[in-house]
Amino acid sequence: MKAKPAAWKPALLIAGLAVALVVMVVVAAALGQVNIPPDQVVGSILHRIGLDVGPLPEAAQGDNALWLVRFPRVALAVVTGASLGCAGSVMQGVFGNPLAEPGVIGVSSGAAVGAAGVIVFGFTFLGNWTVVGAAFVFGLLTTLLVYVVSRSGGRTEVVTLLLTGIAVNAVATAALGLLMFASSNDALRAITSWQLGSLASATWPAVGAVTPCAVVGVAVALTCARRLDVLALGERPARQLGVDVERLRLLCVVVIALLTSAAVAFSGIISFVGLVVPHLVRMAVGPGHRALIPASALGGALILVTGDLVARTSIAYQELPLGVLTSLVGGPFFFWLLRRARSRAGGWG
Amino acid sequence: MIALRRRPRLPAPPEHGAVALAAAALTVERAGRAVVDDVTLDVRHGEVLALVGPNGAGKSTLLAALCGDLRPAAGTIRVASEPLDAFTPRELALRRSMLPQKHTLSFPFTAGDVVRMGRVPWAGTPLEDDDDHAVATALRDADAVPFADRPFTALSGGEQARVALARVLAQRAATVLLDEPTAALDIRHQELVFGVARREAARGHAVVVVVHDLDLAAAYADRVALLAEGRLAACGPSADVLTADRLTEVYRHDIEVLPHPRTGRPLVLPRRGE
Repeated sequence: MKAKPAAWKPALLIAGLAVALVVMVVVAAALGQVNIPPDQVVGSILHRIGLDVGPLPEAAQGDNALWLVRFPRVALAVVTGASLGCAGSVMQGVFGNPLAEPGVIGVSSGAAVGAAGVIVFGFTFLGNWTVVGAAFVFGLLTTLLVYVVSRSGGRTEVVTLLLTGIAVNAVATAALGLLMFASSNDALRAITSWQLGSLASATWPAVGAVTPCAVVGVAVALTCARRLDVLALGERPARQLGVDVERLRLLCVVVIALLTSAAVAFSGIISFVGLVVPHLVRMAVGPGHRALIPASALGGALILVTGDLVARTSIAYQELPLGVLTSLVGGPFFFWLLRRARSRAGGWG
Repeated sequence: MIALRRRPRLPAPPEHGAVALAAAALTVERAGRAVVDDVTLDVRHGEVLALVGPNGAGKSTLLAALCGDLRPAAGTIRVASEPLDAFTPRELALRRSMLPQKHTLSFPFTAGDVVRMGRVPWAGTPLEDDDDHAVATALRDADAVPFADRPFTALSGGEQARVALARVLAQRAATVLLDEPTAALDIRHQELVFGVARREAARGHAVVVVVHDLDLAAAYADRVALLAEGRLAACGPSADVLTADRLTEVYRHDIEVLPHPRTGRPLVLPRRGE
C-alpha cells in the first residue's frame, strides 16, 4: 500500500494558489482608472522597502494612487477573502455539513448588525477597533445561536441549518433596516453600499484593524486541522479518539466569529466565497483540513482580489457592488450543491 | 489561544491476565430509566469477553459507559486500575479503542485516511513513528486493502464496517471495545473479525465484543456475559453461561445447545418448527 497517496498534490495546490495570488495582487494594483504597468507596481513596492530596483510609476500621482488607494484596497481584499475562505472551511468542518457558510447561515448578517450599529451611532470606544470589535461580539453571539439551535443529537441537519439561517438572516436584515431608518442620509449611503458588499472604503487603518483578527483566526484554525478531520467521524468517535470535542467546538466558534468579523467589518456582507472555495479545494485535493484550511484561505483571497478587480474595472467610472457579483456567481453554485446533496443523501436526511 | 496542555501519560504495556477494565455496581440511566442496572464486570488482558443478550438488554449502553461516552448514575469504572475520570480524553484514547455500531462520515475521506485517523492519539509521542506500519497492518488484518484508496462514503456497508474495524485496530489500544462488529458482514468476514479479536487477545489486549450471534460467542469468546433487562444474568466460560434453559428463559424463545458432531464444541441453535 502507498503510505500517503498523492501527498504532493496539496502542496502543489497551495504553492500554485500562493503564486497566483501574488501575480493577481500585482495585476489588481496595476489596473484601474489610471493603468500603471506591473513592473512599475513592483518597482514602487521595492523602492518603499528600501531596494532601489525597477522603474517607479510614471503616471502623474501614480505612486500616491498606488499607496493611498489601490494597495489598501487590494490588501483588504486579500484579508477579507482569506477570512471568508478559511471561515467557510472551519464552519463546514465543525458543523459537519458542507453547506455551512457565514453568509448563508446568517453569521455575516449578525456581525453586520454589530458593525452597522457602531457606524450609525458613531461609537468609537475602542478607537480604530470599534467596528471590528462590535462585529466580533455580534458574530460570536450569532454563531453560538445558530450552532445551538440547528443541532440535535450531535448532528446538524441540512434543513434545520438552512432554516435557522433564514430566521437569523431575517432578524438581522430587520435590525439593519431599523438602523438605516434611524440614520442620517450620509450614513445611509455608507451602510447601503457596505450592505451590498464593497471594498470601496478600504484604508490602511481599516486593513490594520482587521488583519490581526484574520491572522489569529487562520493560525488557530490551522492548529485545529487534524482534530477537524477526526470530527468528520462524528462527535462520539472523535471523543473516543481523544479529541476534546467541547473544547474544539468552542475554539472553532470563536475562530469563525473572529474571521467573519474581520471579513464583514469594512467590506460588508460578501456571501458564498466561504461556500464555493472550500468546495472547489475538496474536489481538487480531498477533504483533509490540513490542506483544506490554508488552500481555502489562499483561494478566498485570490477570488476576492480578482472579483474586486472585475467589480471596479468592468464598467468605466462605475463600481459594481462586490457582494452582488459574488452572489451572482455563488448563488447558482449553491443551488447545484443543494441538488447534489439532496440526491446523494436520498432526501433531506 | 494555545493553552498549556498536560503531556499525555503513555500507557504501560499490557500485562497478561491483569484487569484491563472493571465496572463495579454500575448503573446507567437513559431518560430516567436504569438501562444498565447494578452490573459488576471485569475484562482481563489476553481475553475476549462477549457481551450477549436480547434487544434492549443494555449491551450497547453498557459498552458506551465502559468507553466513557455515558456517565454512570451509580458505580465506578476503572481503566488499568485507575478511575476512568482520571484520564484526559487523549489518555483514554491511548488505552482503549471503540468500534461504534453505526459508521458516519461528513466528508468523503478515503478509507485509508479514515484508518489513519486511528493514529491521531499517538501524534507527538514516540510511537508516532509506527503510524504507517500500524495503518498498513490494520488494513490487511481487516481485509480492507483493496479499497483503501476509495472514498469511505462510496463503500458498501460491509466494506465500511471493515474500514471502521481497521481504524480501531490502527489505534493499537490495549482494551478494544467492539459494538456489533459483525452486523453488516458476510460469513467469511464474520469469522475474520473474530479471528482478529482472538489475535488481539493473544497479543495481550482485552477485547469486549457485543454480538448477537450466540454461536460466534460460544466459539470465540473466553467468557460470555449475558445481559437481561439491564442486569447481568450470568458471566463465565461460554459452556457454563450458554445453557439451553438459561437462554430459552432470557431470550423468551426455545433455544437448544448441542455438541458439534465432529468437534464436540457447543452449538447454539434456535429450535425451529419440527
